[in-house]
Amino acid sequence: MDIIIDILSDLHPEVDFEKCNSLIDDKILDSFDIVSLVADLTDEFDIAIPVEEIIPKNFNSAAAINEMVKRLEDE
Amino acid sequence: MLFTTSNFIIFVILLSIIYYIIPKKMQWQLLLIASYMFYAFAGIQFIVYILITTITTYFATINISKLQTKYNKYIKENKAIVTREERRAIKETSKKKQRQWMVLCMVFNFGILAVLKYSNFAIENFNKILGLFNSETSFKGLGFILPLGISFYTFQTMGYLIDVYRGKYDYEKNIFKLALFVSFFPQLIQGPISRFDDLKDSLFSKHNFNWDNINFGFQRILWGYFKKVVIADRLLIAVNNIIQNPDIYQGVYVIIGMFFYAIELFADFSGGIDIAIGIAEVLGIHLEENFIRPYFSKSITEYWRRWHITLGTWFKDYMFFPISVSKPMLKLSKTCRKNFNDAIGKRIPVYVATIIVWLTTGIWHGAAWNFVVWGLGNCIVILISQECIPLYQKFHHRFDVKNKFYFRLFQVVRTFWLMSFLRTFDCYRDVGTTFKMYGSIFTVYNINEIFNGGLMQLGLTIKDYILLFVSVWIVLLVSLLQRKEGIRIKIAAKPIMISYMIFFILFLGIIVFGAYGVGFDQSQFIYSQF
Repeated sequence: MDIIIDILSDLHPEVDFEKCNSLIDDKILDSFDIVSLVADLTDEFDIAIPVEEIIPKNFNSAAAINEMVKRLEDE
Repeated sequence: MLFTTSNFIIFVILLSIIYYIIPKKMQWQLLLIASYMFYAFAGIQFIVYILITTITTYFATINISKLQTKYNKYIKENKAIVTREERRAIKETSKKKQRQWMVLCMVFNFGILAVLKYSNFAIENFNKILGLFNSETSFKGLGFILPLGISFYTFQTMGYLIDVYRGKYDYEKNIFKLALFVSFFPQLIQGPISRFDDLKDSLFSKHNFNWDNINFGFQRILWGYFKKVVIADRLLIAVNNIIQNPDIYQGVYVIIGMFFYAIELFADFSGGIDIAIGIAEVLGIHLEENFIRPYFSKSITEYWRRWHITLGTWFKDYMFFPISVSKPMLKLSKTCRKNFNDAIGKRIPVYVATIIVWLTTGIWHGAAWNFVVWGLGNCIVILISQECIPLYQKFHHRFDVKNKFYFRLFQVVRTFWLMSFLRTFDCYRDVGTTFKMYGSIFTVYNINEIFNGGLMQLGLTIKDYILLFVSVWIVLLVSLLQRKEGIRIKIAAKPIMISYMIFFILFLGIIVFGAYGVGFDQSQFIYSQF
């Protein structure tokens, strides 16, 4: 989870990612951020994030991203 | 059958009456028949194309679904004995076969679109290249006539196919229901481009007669007609005069044409969408919004989130992300990070995907270089804006103007101006003429002509200008009110006599002030030609 928070903070240092759970709904993360985030997560966790996983539900909070990463690691 | 013809209005009224009289389980079947009748009006021969798209997509999704079921069943039955690596390998094999069906169907259907829409453009350019080598050989255009709404229904259907492949939802087992999803007549000509999971419940379910739906739907239809026939069709006269006579109308007229076209396009396209959404509402069916007051946007990226929303999200979900997060792209990004630096590596996937998306968006709008340049123009502005974010942040850190009214107004005006400027590429007959006209803004000083009767030579009278001024203000006022609460809800809260009076005035306005009669032409919607 800490790694994910670090990656997110690199993108938007002004956001409190521990608390925010509407990153997509409130348009804090845009498409460009998502691409950068996917590249970082792929590298950091050695996982493949298929395009069908790129839905608001999976990227709305650091916890949701963490959950998706764990699920993909288990697959 | 144009939305603005009496035939269409009679068609919708009759359909709505029958729709609520027949048994409810037959409502969607009636809609299917009505949609095909509507399509047949455009040319019975075109039905074959929409049928082919429906049938091929149906069979492709059956096969994809079969493979998914087979995989899930195997994993479920052998959960205890299959290792993680084996499961991954089996999944990959299954996905590969599913992908083959999807790609086959996409190549076939986008192939039809490409041949019908772009073959003449390709041949024309090929002939030009041959001409450069002094070749006397030239090829004749194939002369295909573009079936109505093919760009819209092809995109909508391929979106459905990709969603089934991605496992977002199960395929539609009833081919006739799929046929209705592909051909639903209000959205067939110019969208919105619907998603199957958003539309299916309201499209196929039973609908009781509901006065609110009829009332709200009717209001929305009237509002759409007001924008189309009072504003767009009136401005069209002046815009056509300016763009068809580039030798006469230069300098200040180019600026006038640019802003007139921006307003015309919005009134035309959003008016058409209002009519489509309103008709669906009368039938109890919910279509997605395609506009959220786009001319109030403070940046070009925000503008594209609020203009033609369903096309924008289509490109984002089915093109931008698949390209930008694809394995080869991430690999390329990684290589660039290693060999150059982080910043370049991060930008590569986004830049490549953005350029491809905007080239495609441009060419989707029309088979001409104008649209390619227009698409690339948007792309360049978006990428420059992206690069300027640190500068903006510094600026806002230094000057506390972000939430000041005048600064936001400046941003809105700037975005409107920029979008109007880029949209001019849609208008003139070729890219060269557009640049020449841009140049004339700085070289031809004729601003005084505006005050010496120049505006009256564009085909509109002083009454037309007054009417346009008032109508645009009404649209602007309604848009401002909509920011807080839906205007229809506000009107519904008023005493019934007042709300009926408002809509009676709107109805009269359309009848009396619509652009009909001598000198006016009942025009097709601009986006229906895309």
